[in-house]
Amino acid sequence: MSHFHVELRPGAYADSVALLQVSRSVQGIDGVLAAQVAMATPLNVDVLTQMGFAVPERATPNDMVVAVHLRDPARLDAAITGVDNALRDAGRRSEGATEVAAPRTTAAALRRDPGALTVVSVPGPHAMVEAMDAVESGSDVMIFSDNVPLDHEVALKRAAAERGVLVMGPDCGTAVVDGIGLGFANVVSPGPVGIVAASGTGCQQMLALLDHAGVGVSSALGVGGRDLSSTVRGLATREALRRLDADPGVELIVLISKPPAADVADEIADVAAGLATPVEFALLGPGRPDLTAAAEAVLRRLDREVPDWPAERPAGARDPGRGARLHGLFVGGTLKSEAALIAAETLGADHGHTFVDFGDDAYTAGRAHPMIDPTLRLEHLRRAAADPETAVILLDVVLGHGAEDDPASLLAPAVAASDRPVVVAVVGTATDPQHRDRQVRALVEAGAEVHLSDAGATRRAIELLGERA
Amino acid sequence: MSTTDSVVTVGTELLADAVARQAVGVTQVDWRPPMEGTAADLAAVAADPLRAAANERAVAAMLEVTATLVDVLPASAALGLQTGQFLHAGPPITWDRASGPLRGGLMAGAALEGLVDDPEDAPALFESGSVSLEPCHHRSAVGPMAGVVTPSIWMFVLQDAASGRRTYCSLNEGLGKVLRYGAYSPEVLQRLRWMNGVLGPLLQQAVRRAGPVDVTGILTQMLQMGDEAHNRNRAGTLMLLRDLGPAMVTSGTDAADVAEALRFVGANDHFFLNLAMPACKLALDAARGIPGSTMVVAMARNGTDFGIQVAGTGDEWFTGPAQLADGLFLGSYTADDANPDIGDSAITETAGIGGFAMATAPAIVRLVGGSVPDALATTRRMHEITLAENPRWTVPVLDFQGTPTGIDVSRVCRTGILPQINTGMAGRVAGVGQVGAGLVTPPAEIFPAALRRLAELARDRAAVARG
Repeated sequence: MSHFHVELRPGAYADSVALLQVSRSVQGIDGVLAAQVAMATPLNVDVLTQMGFAVPERATPNDMVVAVHLRDPARLDAAITGVDNALRDAGRRSEGATEVAAPRTTAAALRRDPGALTVVSVPGPHAMVEAMDAVESGSDVMIFSDNVPLDHEVALKRAAAERGVLVMGPDCGTAVVDGIGLGFANVVSPGPVGIVAASGTGCQQMLALLDHAGVGVSSALGVGGRDLSSTVRGLATREALRRLDADPGVELIVLISKPPAADVADEIADVAAGLATPVEFALLGPGRPDLTAAAEAVLRRLDREVPDWPAERPAGARDPGRGARLHGLFVGGTLKSEAALIAAETLGADHGHTFVDFGDDAYTAGRAHPMIDPTLRLEHLRRAAADPETAVILLDVVLGHGAEDDPASLLAPAVAASDRPVVVAVVGTATDPQHRDRQVRALVEAGAEVHLSDAGATRRAIELLGERA
Repeated sequence: MSTTDSVVTVGTELLADAVARQAVGVTQVDWRPPMEGTAADLAAVAADPLRAAANERAVAAMLEVTATLVDVLPASAALGLQTGQFLHAGPPITWDRASGPLRGGLMAGAALEGLVDDPEDAPALFESGSVSLEPCHHRSAVGPMAGVVTPSIWMFVLQDAASGRRTYCSLNEGLGKVLRYGAYSPEVLQRLRWMNGVLGPLLQQAVRRAGPVDVTGILTQMLQMGDEAHNRNRAGTLMLLRDLGPAMVTSGTDAADVAEALRFVGANDHFFLNLAMPACKLALDAARGIPGSTMVVAMARNGTDFGIQVAGTGDEWFTGPAQLADGLFLGSYTADDANPDIGDSAITETAGIGGFAMATAPAIVRLVGGSVPDALATTRRMHEITLAENPRWTVPVLDFQGTPTGIDVSRVCRTGILPQINTGMAGRVAGVGQVGAGLVTPPAEIFPAALRRLAELARDRAAVARG
């Protein structure tokens, strides 16, 4: 008789990645059928409920939930011991008597290490306070956190503008600064291009395509998806443009963003026109070039050859069947937007096709980003694969520092289990820690068609949709 | 662009690991969620455009002060205190809420002033409301433990050389059965009368003849000599005697009185505490009334409430219940005999010495219930909640790092780390006196309360700025 055990631990806290590791480690204990250790955010309570756990109504996002599904209730003590051990191991450095304890605030850390670059990834409501420490000590800061309130962003970027500090983000997934990849950054060679990106995965797509074309990137500065809104008014974009313009190694600046607010666009165009370095605008939107076209424009401006973007097909073709739907399940927000735009342009208005970004704030409150924690997307992928209405599944796999060590190994079984065509954009460089070629091979062997270009993958998925019975 | 060779990360360890794998130095912050209910106020205060500069100004103002002992006077002359006016330690309190030791101190004070013949008759006087109670802090003074000051009690007068501002503190009575611990027996009153009649005037003559004594300078030296200047002041006391001794001897006072005074001061390891305290207050008062500053300028207890005042919130007190100290007890006393925390002496921790400088005073760590590694860890931990390091007050064993200075309300709320205070313990029953010494912290809730007020003021300013 299996047994569902749920307990609340008020006041306990660990970050979502640590809890993911704890959950995985507990899932590996003999006799444990399923386990989730998570903060009781509404999203996580939903997930737990779907898994069959009854979470007490009094649970708040400040409570840790330990939920274990056991083959046999007698296994409970061993499982809880496993949870406690895993939590302890995931915990902090030991605070020995003579050992110096780790700093507890960003201000204290910067006092020990003045001049360091700062990366903030605490939960959104707390991010500004930490980032402000960095700004006040003159440290450039990348804010990986999402769910940062807009007024926090404005306050922070105003303070930064006064001090000439660069605030990358919030919700900045990717940056390359002085050759250091921050967040989900791909491994690229230094080169003549400098990128300013209000889009993390858009930046990664550009890095991956330029790398394939043999063009290096000196810096990629993320500014956060809201920077060019009429509220934030490009405060970080201005500083980023100024920095890249001052870098003698940068021959061409690429600005990647969704279309900015009209008045902000004019202001930024004025700023760009005043720079010594030319600026190529890659602004995603209806009727505008996709990222791959933008990369091609960059190559032409640099007098480089535009290569054929790689695409690999599996041995046997799959039949889209009678289903009518294209399901795009993405971890990259910009990659998802790009795919949805291309689909809308090609297929017209909505025909029940879905494009979901699992990196959206709605899916990451209290959970790690899907590039780290694939649980939610895998669940949707299995559902889409089992749905007779499904014709084609479109996915992205984003590589680089910080991302899942071997995403293909987790996706491949679900891809293999689908009898519908699966098209995947694998965004990464040959030298990324996940070994792009190995990732591509694993996915192709599982039956997926794999592209380097998200736009290419999307167009191919649409083509397959047209071939349905 | 600037060259970056190290990264500070706060949040998920995965991102720290990703940076470390690129052979870049990483300092990972041990971040935890802030004290409950403070997130929105922390953000409002962080976004306050005044805060950073206000805190820099507060720290600079505090560090610029140099305290010199310029005179010794009765409280009537120094503070204009009238018969029937009583000063006490901590935030404002009334007789009906006063703890045992504060009542005992007030009873001794009433008898000392001749308002009652027998201290046991004093409660009726205080209940009648015909006398007044006022915090020492409201008169630029500080009082150890009960902190009771009456017009005839002699006070050290400290002055800031640059501004001429003054602060005051009574003379230390020694340990055991003393007024400040709430004792009021005949021997207590007899000692106080001797201090008023002999010690006070003799010190006054010596200070006036020997010239101002550089209290800040003595503090600098004593911190290097194993005193943390709250529970241990041995080096400081002896340096004071060194500076005043010759003038005391040549003052013309009866040699037996001089000898008794030298013996009394020299045998009292806490004598200099009553100079350290007003020196700290003199420095911290320079930072009062700076809008936007989140720096604590006073921590004080009256035996019932623990209160703090903050540079950016004027004279408002934020109070909560005083805690019981954790430490060691004299003789057969136990925790049941101890009164909750009392005294203005936490002004030393507020200024960055005392418990904050524990690392410099290994000789007393056991007295206050700790070990040497605890002492080093305590001083380091206090750096997490302070705005600056005091360049004048350095700790040899920590490679001459300055003491942690300027408690930041925000950082206390962010880290949940409470200021560590070294303290004596008074008996909870009036008349008992000292029962022990140990370590104590403020009640946690007063920091979120102060933060809430700072956030309100910041939001109000932002609203005005928006028009």
